[in-house]
Amino acid sequence: MDWQALILSLQLAAVTLLVLLPAGLWLGRWLAYTQVAGKSFIEAVVVLPLVLPPTVLGYYLLVSMGGASPLGAWVQQTFGVRLSFNFLGLLIASIIFNIPFLVQPVQRAFEAIPRQLGEAAAVSGLSTWQTFWRVELPLAWPGVLSACVLTFVHTLGEFGVVLMVGGSIPGETKTIAISIYDRVQSFDLAGANQMSLLLLLFSLGAVGASFFASARLAVRR
Amino acid sequence: MTLICRFATAALVAAVFFASTVPALRAQTVTTVAAASDLKFAIEEVAARFEKDTGNRLRLVFGSSGNFKTQILQDAPFHLFMSADENFVYQLADAGKTVDRGRAYAIGRIGIMVPPGSPLKADGEFNDLAAALKDGRLQKFAIANPEHAPYGARAKEALQHAGLWNAIQGKLVLGENISQAAQFATSGSAQGGVIAYSLALAPAMKGLGSFALIPESWHQPLKQRMVLIKGAPPAARAFYDYLSTPGAQKVMVRYGFVTPKE
Repeated sequence: MDWQALILSLQLAAVTLLVLLPAGLWLGRWLAYTQVAGKSFIEAVVVLPLVLPPTVLGYYLLVSMGGASPLGAWVQQTFGVRLSFNFLGLLIASIIFNIPFLVQPVQRAFEAIPRQLGEAAAVSGLSTWQTFWRVELPLAWPGVLSACVLTFVHTLGEFGVVLMVGGSIPGETKTIAISIYDRVQSFDLAGANQMSLLLLLFSLGAVGASFFASARLAVRR
Repeated sequence: MTLICRFATAALVAAVFFASTVPALRAQTVTTVAAASDLKFAIEEVAARFEKDTGNRLRLVFGSSGNFKTQILQDAPFHLFMSADENFVYQLADAGKTVDRGRAYAIGRIGIMVPPGSPLKADGEFNDLAAALKDGRLQKFAIANPEHAPYGARAKEALQHAGLWNAIQGKLVLGENISQAAQFATSGSAQGGVIAYSLALAPAMKGLGSFALIPESWHQPLKQRMVLIKGAPPAARAFYDYLSTPGAQKVMVRYGFVTPKE
């Protein structure tokens, strides 16, 4: 059992969620309400990481953020940090490949809120912020919750992109999914078995719990 | 709702806790060794001795030498590169990534591995392989990817030497590195494969099949070379020197490596 890899994966999932949640809430809500020209195009870009092969995403991230790339070189010169083969690079990759997993459910949740509610809130003198906090968010909560769970669990399970941009460095970029792959290659099937089972049970539990919570919320409404 | 809110708050607090422990926030350099997959078991043993003898800590990463070369060109944070092929070391030296042109540390051997119950015989001169290709006993045969794994390139040369390369094309499964090829070869889904002698001798491989060496003259020698990357910490150099000591070389020989004369 590779605890270091498990902890690293949990850290990556937690930070990804913390960074992505505020931005995702804003983007999802905006996409739900806006009528802007080119909305379909923006939606397509949001969904892209979901349909793109992880190797394609990983390849672009590798060449765009690596030490030899203009962006990678600029960041290293300006901030003194590297964007590849470390936790930060992995985090950026993780945020990008999780965008659809967070934004999509959030957008659907906000779309399901009747427009009249927002208008009624405005007439009652609530500001946009108050409307969001007191009316929209409680109604959208089941969707937001499942978005969070999906993002978290998907980060634990992501393999292809991490393999491409990570470099499998223990304690830095060797996530649990990579560690399982490594165990299989070193003929340690018992280790691979343990970690796979843990990940399976955790994913099932998390997704199950979020469905259960959403169903309870829906009943109470 | 309150229950859910409490649950969400607890989850958020847990998330913040985990976020505060991320490695990016800890300033430290751990000596990291990028080693070719054929070294998997041998170097783990040598590294454990080194850590016990000197008190230094090492981080070992295993993969295909070609991939490591690409990653080091992209400034991957490795300090010592142990390649299965000297050419990758020279290419990195020419690109100005290394301290010098490195040192030869081992010569590797390849052989044919056949899992228990396979219709194929472990015959180092491929006579049974040629027969199996003709009579249809062979469905799948594993080697490492010749494009970027040195052990795969040597396997290809040996198959070419035996005149089997064209015939076996449709049967090949390619491992990303030699240890994945060994995994494929012994999984039972393939009838056999060409793997590193060092992996066949590893305790973890015991009972997974029978092995026979391929004649050395059938392929280019696997001259394995290591090199320190620019900016390597002192512990990396200490391990680099440790690998040439008789104690370390003895372990390497036990795993089937030939000590280079240089």
